[in-house]
Amino acid sequence: MGRRILLTGLDTFWGGRVAAALERDLEIEMLLGMGTGTPSVALERTEYVRADSSYSLLARIVKATQVDTIVHTFLVVDSSAMSGRALHETNVIGTMNLLAAAGAAGSSVRQVIVKSSSLVYGSHPADPVWFTEDTPRSLPPRFRLERSLAEVESYVRDFADENPGVTVTVLRFANVLGPNINTPISRNLARGVMPCIAGFDPLMQFVAEEDVVRCLQTMVLQSIAGTYNVSGDGRIPISEVAKIAGAWRLPISPVFTRQAVAPLIRLGLLDLPVELEHLLRYGRGIDTTRLKAAGFEFSTSSAGAIERYAEVMRLRRAIGDHTPGYKYEADVEAFFKHSPAIVRQTEAAR
Amino acid sequence: MLHFPGLEPQPANPLADPARRSDVDEWGRSESARRLARRLGGFYYRRWFRVEWEGLENIPTSGGALLVGNHAGAIPSDAPMIMHGVEEELGRPVYGLADNFFRTVPLVGTEWSRMGGVAAHPDNAHRILHDHQQLALVFPEGIKGPSKLASERYQLRRFGRGGFVETAMRAGVPVIPIAVVGAEESMPILYRLPGIAKVLRLPYLPLTANHLVFGPVLGTVLYLPAKFRFRVLPPVQFDVAPRLPKYPRGRVMDEAEAIRQQLQEALYDMLAHRRSVWFG
Repeated sequence: MGRRILLTGLDTFWGGRVAAALERDLEIEMLLGMGTGTPSVALERTEYVRADSSYSLLARIVKATQVDTIVHTFLVVDSSAMSGRALHETNVIGTMNLLAAAGAAGSSVRQVIVKSSSLVYGSHPADPVWFTEDTPRSLPPRFRLERSLAEVESYVRDFADENPGVTVTVLRFANVLGPNINTPISRNLARGVMPCIAGFDPLMQFVAEEDVVRCLQTMVLQSIAGTYNVSGDGRIPISEVAKIAGAWRLPISPVFTRQAVAPLIRLGLLDLPVELEHLLRYGRGIDTTRLKAAGFEFSTSSAGAIERYAEVMRLRRAIGDHTPGYKYEADVEAFFKHSPAIVRQTEAAR
Repeated sequence: MLHFPGLEPQPANPLADPARRSDVDEWGRSESARRLARRLGGFYYRRWFRVEWEGLENIPTSGGALLVGNHAGAIPSDAPMIMHGVEEELGRPVYGLADNFFRTVPLVGTEWSRMGGVAAHPDNAHRILHDHQQLALVFPEGIKGPSKLASERYQLRRFGRGGFVETAMRAGVPVIPIAVVGAEESMPILYRLPGIAKVLRLPYLPLTANHLVFGPVLGTVLYLPAKFRFRVLPPVQFDVAPRLPKYPRGRVMDEAEAIRQQLQEALYDMLAHRRSVWFG
């Protein structure tokens, strides 16, 4: 029997991309995606269930579908994306329900993969230059987003302790850049602006979105356990990030920073969630030695990820955004996936 | 907190990546900023402080070592002079480990990092000494050294909790004590203003002799031309296995105290032989 995989956040960028990448693998017998909205990527054979963000339905679904792998991509890592309460529901309660379903008596789940963020390390002057997977934070998390991610990871650790038979993988990603992902940094760069705190030029890391998708895919297919930092090589000062991306540096006052940017954020001219503000002050470095030792190879460095994104932005400025939009139609999807009228390529290939 | 990856001879060269647009390496150090520092430092090193070394052969020309000195002067001039001197005389870079307070100061923190300064975190020191096999410089007195008054000059403060010894033991490198004479007189503190320092969130706010001589602005940036002498003491090797998660606290404290004693005696000896503060 092939693998049976459940993906959360199918309607988000990550879920959709990972599902599309996994679909191609015939080893995988069944792919089931969950999400709160509609999928944004055209998918061949991935089943889709709409659920609320806290996944209260999960235990039933896991039992009924007998999935062996859960890929949890639906963790929010941008505090400007939703309110504090919604963030808590999605990250903390969502993960709790997910792990409860995966750890229920008689569960068929053998692997759980969680897409976390390097935000769990925080950003503080007392930080080391490099964080390894085992380096503790310098101070306990202060912001809602960091707190919620720290709670998520502690649930995942508890789950791993209680279920020694399950392969548990946690991936902590650095700032992701790419043509499709939408983050505070990518939105700023698309406006041609790179905010920075006057007098500070800390080092940042980036990872290209295709590397993120490939990394998640590798972890699923090879069932690698453990916690891993994921980032392209090199650490780039913000001034150079702006240079590579062809953006203007927007210096912000180092004192009363929040008050200084509030009107710009309100007017929609700038994205600067509080966790990014601290990153712009002190930077962060995550050590990817462990991931590379596990055999993963990055397609590009930190600087390369910025450059690729810069190319996409230049193209968009020249020709406009012409990527054909995909619209999810439940009837059409059901027809293509389940109607006997469709000749199924994958089965024929087997 | 501990991490033991494979050996890398030195940090990756940033210019090897075609997408890069600057020469800032993974530690924040930039060769072009170093060139600027060398030009400025060269003037101070040769003409202003007229630095003279003793026992320079005690600093190895390859392999990691932790340089340890006495710290002095309101804005310490000893760190850049040792860094410049070793680079000039031996052609080896020195990573200066400084209190992470620096990182919170706009401009100063960034420039310090570009010129080869690193926040004094045990993990950072371990990577520099063990993984990269480079030289690191640390002042175990910490902020207590430069904040002392001129009347307490050359009286070594407590050597922290001996963290530098543990770091050297773990990295398997020797500690090389360097006694510095001259830095105390380059910017002596006459008076401290603790109240204002607290409001400004500074570790200390000094009123220096330089302020009296050069005025409030120039006095903050200009050093008095004291004669500098560095005496490098023989390397202290620790007979322990490297890379252990923990070392006996008592042993660490004893070693730290022994190094402090050695430095203190070297300082007294050098001062006894010094005829003039300005001409050595």
